[in-house]
Amino acid sequence: MNTADSMTVAPPASTGLGKQRTQLIHRIVAYGVLGVGSLFILAPLVWMLSTSLKTRSQVFRFPPEWIPEQFLWQNYVEALTLLPFEIFLLNTVIITGLSVAGELVSSAVVAYAFARLRWAARNTLFIVVLATMMLPRQVTLIPTFILFTRVFGWKDTFYPLIVPSFFAVPFFVFLLRQFYMTLPFELDDAATIDGCSKFGVFLRILLPLSKPALAAVAIFSFQFHWNDFFYPLIYLFDKDKFTLALGLRFFQGNYGTDWHYLMAASLVVMLPVILVFFFAQRIFIQGVVYQGFK
Amino acid sequence: MLSGLTFRRREAILGWVMASPWLLGFLAFTLGPMIASLVLSLYDWDLISPALLVGWGNYREFFVDDPLSLHSLRITLFYSLMAIPLHLVLGVILAMLLNAKIKGQSVIRTVYYLPAVLAGVAVAMLWRWIFSPDFGLLNLFLSYFNIEGPNWLGNRTWVLPSFVIMSLWGVGGGMVIYLAGLQGIPTDLYEAVEIDGATAFRRIWHITLPMLSPVIFFQLIMGVISSMQIFTQAFIMTDGGPGNASLFYMLYLYRQAFEYRNMGYASVLAWILFLCILALTLLLFRTASAWVYYEAETQRT
Repeated sequence: MNTADSMTVAPPASTGLGKQRTQLIHRIVAYGVLGVGSLFILAPLVWMLSTSLKTRSQVFRFPPEWIPEQFLWQNYVEALTLLPFEIFLLNTVIITGLSVAGELVSSAVVAYAFARLRWAARNTLFIVVLATMMLPRQVTLIPTFILFTRVFGWKDTFYPLIVPSFFAVPFFVFLLRQFYMTLPFELDDAATIDGCSKFGVFLRILLPLSKPALAAVAIFSFQFHWNDFFYPLIYLFDKDKFTLALGLRFFQGNYGTDWHYLMAASLVVMLPVILVFFFAQRIFIQGVVYQGFK
Repeated sequence: MLSGLTFRRREAILGWVMASPWLLGFLAFTLGPMIASLVLSLYDWDLISPALLVGWGNYREFFVDDPLSLHSLRITLFYSLMAIPLHLVLGVILAMLLNAKIKGQSVIRTVYYLPAVLAGVAVAMLWRWIFSPDFGLLNLFLSYFNIEGPNWLGNRTWVLPSFVIMSLWGVGGGMVIYLAGLQGIPTDLYEAVEIDGATAFRRIWHITLPMLSPVIFFQLIMGVISSMQIFTQAFIMTDGGPGNASLFYMLYLYRQAFEYRNMGYASVLAWILFLCILALTLLLFRTASAWVYYEAETQRT
């Protein structure tokens, strides 16, 4: 409608009209393609929700139907009772919470050393940080597994999943350092003149100003640890220690064809990430953009 | 002057102290294990009986005796070769369409970006169900066009394309980054060629793509690194089947290490994966000078 308006008030110059016509075409194509694409993006989630509310017999009806005959919210209660949901949830919250806290604090501290302090090996070591960002963790996987399980005796504990988080994540160090660099050095100088120590500058000046970047780091970290499957899989064996991701897989093993339960449980596991995404969308996208521009 | 010196010194000490979490972690969890992994690759060790020195034996096994090692590497490369270009082309096209001044831009961006934040077991479960031959969403959709879809995950030919289709659900992740890249292109560049009467195609070819090339380059490298390490999807959805047709490299490494307990051989697998990723990354860097455009030394922004 807006485009129609601007067409009527278009200046008579032919180039202007031509330009507007191409813009109009662009817009129509854009709406068409993006609209159809959105359907493709949303359909799996709608399908998931629909399956989770169906009866078992409707799940296996051919051809499949979109709308549940009755909305069986009861499926959620049943699915979550079938797996000891509250135990898995608690384990996941403990592991994710401590890992996020550890990564946030350690990366913020380390990034300050690389952004603001002058010390001998700083620039060389920062190149090492950049190199390890690219390093696939598989090369260190087996020795660290042996270190944690045989040397430290951490088999079937949360330690291997949490402790490494307190030693900073190269990507987060990089991201936070880039952010600190955008803050003017005059702030530091002013605070120093007022008698603030270098560590005080970090604590009182830089940290409060870095909230957006810290939020992005916290969200990335949360997303990774909440979804993580590989590390819990190799370190946790006792069912009481399982995270939600492991629990879902366990559930699949036992109720593999109860798709209505599987979809209900999977949706519940996804929900926190979806919620965080909607509430912190701008921070999320901003953070991804930092990542994209290295 | 003297107090200035000690001030400097205190700063340097604080620098080492504040960097120490990373430094210690790097030594204990990265550098140390990397060396250990090299040493381990020369041994046979199941974590129970004493380790047995086999020298190059594990490497010979990888290249000569073990039919699955190179098979899994080929599968992973083949998947990457399908997935990465598709993500690139679709991501850039979608970002260009979205970059038009259209209403609801942020809503559309949210919708496209949502699947990119979802990952792990729950998503793998969802797609296992979508690919179900008789009751799944994909074949239901194809049936609207009178196409009888295959048994996606149960079919040797279709199983890898299935993983590509699933990954394309997350195309919005790249799109968001390309979109930000597009929005960073100064409009005066476009105005300049518009006066010259350049066509849309030439505008894209001579301005948009070169200006976007650093972002594309970075995304390509991240794409290589992540697609070579696919694990959870394969583990949950097919467990390598049917008949090892989706035996992704990481899945095979997992089996060797944590199911068969061949710690030495698994270390070889890990090192070769690392070298493959490194080789592909360096290859991309070598080509970069030919097509990646960096805006002089005096970069704006």
